[in-house]
Amino acid sequence: MLRRTILKSVAAAAIVATTALTANAEITGPVSYIIPFGPGGESDISARLQQPFFKDKFGQELVVSYQPGGGGAVGWATLNGLNGDGQTIMGINLPHIIIQPAQKDVGYTTEGVNAFYMFHFTPDAIVVKADSPYQSLQDLIDDAKANPGAVTMSGSGKASANHLAQIKFDKMAGTTTTYVPFKGTGAAVTALLGGQVKAEWGYTTVGAKQGDAVRMLAVAMEERHPLFPDVPTFKELGFDMVGGAYRGIALPASASAETRQLWSDMIGEINADPEFRQKMLDGGFAMLDVDAAGMEAFMKARVEEYLADAREAGLLQ
Amino acid sequence: MDLGNFLSALTPLNIALALFGVVAGTVIGSIPGLTATMAVAVLVPITFSMDQASALILLGAIYTGAIYGGAYAAILLNTPGTPSAIATTFDGYPMAKRGDGDLAVALACFASVTGGMIGALALLFLAPPLSQVALAFGPIEYFWLAIFGLSLIASLSSGNLIKGLIGGAFGMILSTVGVAEVSADIRLTFGSQTMIGGFGVVGALIGLYCIPVLIDLVAVPDRHLKVENDMRSVRIGEAARIALRSKFNLIRSSVIGTLVGILPGAGGSVAGLVAYSEARRSAKPDQKFGEGEPDGIMATEAANNATVGGGFIPTLVLGIPGTPPDAVILGALLVQGVRTGPTLFQSNGSIVYTFIYGLIIATILMLPTGLLIGRYAYKSIVKIPKAVLVPSVGFMTIIGTFAIRNSISDVIIMLLLGTFGWVIGRFGFAASPIVLGLILGPIAEQGFVQGWIIGDATGNLLGMFFGRPLSQAIIAFTILSLLYPAFSAWKRSRTEAGR
Repeated sequence: MLRRTILKSVAAAAIVATTALTANAEITGPVSYIIPFGPGGESDISARLQQPFFKDKFGQELVVSYQPGGGGAVGWATLNGLNGDGQTIMGINLPHIIIQPAQKDVGYTTEGVNAFYMFHFTPDAIVVKADSPYQSLQDLIDDAKANPGAVTMSGSGKASANHLAQIKFDKMAGTTTTYVPFKGTGAAVTALLGGQVKAEWGYTTVGAKQGDAVRMLAVAMEERHPLFPDVPTFKELGFDMVGGAYRGIALPASASAETRQLWSDMIGEINADPEFRQKMLDGGFAMLDVDAAGMEAFMKARVEEYLADAREAGLLQ
Repeated sequence: MDLGNFLSALTPLNIALALFGVVAGTVIGSIPGLTATMAVAVLVPITFSMDQASALILLGAIYTGAIYGGAYAAILLNTPGTPSAIATTFDGYPMAKRGDGDLAVALACFASVTGGMIGALALLFLAPPLSQVALAFGPIEYFWLAIFGLSLIASLSSGNLIKGLIGGAFGMILSTVGVAEVSADIRLTFGSQTMIGGFGVVGALIGLYCIPVLIDLVAVPDRHLKVENDMRSVRIGEAARIALRSKFNLIRSSVIGTLVGILPGAGGSVAGLVAYSEARRSAKPDQKFGEGEPDGIMATEAANNATVGGGFIPTLVLGIPGTPPDAVILGALLVQGVRTGPTLFQSNGSIVYTFIYGLIIATILMLPTGLLIGRYAYKSIVKIPKAVLVPSVGFMTIIGTFAIRNSISDVIIMLLLGTFGWVIGRFGFAASPIVLGLILGPIAEQGFVQGWIIGDATGNLLGMFFGRPLSQAIIAFTILSLLYPAFSAWKRSRTEAGR
């Protein structure tokens, strides 16, 4: 009897000890950082920028791998089946994880994604070629009003940030433009530079990458992007458009609250590094700091905004 | 491009890195499922701590090695190690079957080095002007290029045209499964979430090509490949003579590969197919393509290695990656603080030129290492008893498919597709038309949809599809390659009648 009690208490102690260990979450080896897209896009490049800082600050490798398919859906559908020990994280993108589950059963739900940090966004921007006749946003609006539908604009994908921005802007400006979806930003930019379309719905990152080859007519930010002091915001020009594609990171749902907090702190620390911020800004990104605590409120606001936009645009039933 | 950059590329460290990169790339590329993209992506973090030029040389060497390595599995196992080597199987495997596998591997090496050199030289001397090719290609040109590629089905399935076309159509239907790339519609998944990702090209390649070979290996008692009793140790001299005789084919295929490599929407697989198709069209009457014709291997291998240099042209000049491995390297460049784009050659000229010289050095190193590894690969595949060969290749196919995106359902789809491929193979349906449809279907579909939207918006649909000079040239080539088999048959019958 006594023996049994001792055994029981030993077992109980062991359980307490292991819980204590997990409570004190830490990263014990290389971390797998899954990007649910192919290489070369904004998701990949921002992850690659984080890589060396993670190694510097926390002493472990951040191993980036690609799991493309279904516009990211293949990756996100597998996320919650992965090990939640904190050694595996996955990039997430807005509006994708809001629009996709609202359109069809894609194997995951927006609420089911255990997001813990949104670390940047790429503000929407209208981009034209350097030799385009459109010198200002007004030139484009005038042309689109005079020739409804004839102004072609490339963008990345359908029901995407670019597409939603195009629909929203057309409505605000009272114009009719034609949106041409391409496979990723790279292909949309190629079409712009090749003169296949008259303008592109892209991001500030396009302006940073293409430099003098392109001109941005307006950016969807509260204030002008430090890299482009001469490019006006939509707000300045009288259009209430602020936003773009938001990117963050999620853990499998099974991760403990401590692990989630640890990760939120780590990514926050990288985001606070002045050198990292500078590199991101040089790439045309805009910084964002939504941590684990603020995630619920942030997501709720975005879900409302995007679903309303998508419904108005006729992208949802 | 002064001598200083060339000398700084020639440091012992850089040469060692190039050598390591080529060897590692060749081995990785030879395993079906492990692609150049994956090899480069895994090694990017290592390069963060290196100086910029050395990092780039290592990545470029791995990339070029992997594209060459894809030929081994294509020749010896009838399974393209990378999608770029699809057309290598057409003549490579028949050559290996009749006991010329060592010759085929050596030929692939000579062709790859030639293609790699021409691509790298184009990058060195002509990058800024050639980058305009990437921009001249609009959606409609991609559409017609895909149609041109599909016309290869007609010549691939001589005597079996209907079956070839059915296979091609089936492949195109397979390519539409899952989330559509440009319209975001979810198609043909029948409510199953595992189908949302669609049929991956690499997984389908492994299934359709490798599984039937494995089943046949088990089903028939013969040896895997025919072996001459006196295993001639080297056939490098013979290969060099054949390569020299086909220098025109090599150069033409390398130029095609360079140009197709520049197109961001195409890639190594399309380059190999187009070069193969052209080599076949201009073949002499006594050449039997598809039955072990050396020119077929050389055309594909020269073209796919030329895409390495070609692909770097838009990557470096425009900041638009030409191929997926280029996209990974572009990301590494950005982290290193190198800004690609129009001003790159001026602002970061020394790094760029050191890198290009490094790529050339890696390509030259591929000649001895490629011949050496190739001989070893051939000997081991020939000597290994079937009881070991089948399980180890089978294991590789599963690991390779799983590695693409860590998905077990991809493995199941691969196995089902492979078994299906073996069954329909019994009824005379070949794997290649299906794979062509799978690869070219999405290119054609996207180009068509985008071209239609633009043409419709500008009120000039007909001019959009048929009025652009570049499109007209591609259409003309398509008609030529479709009519050529009939034309040459007619000519042959006339000369025979005249005799």
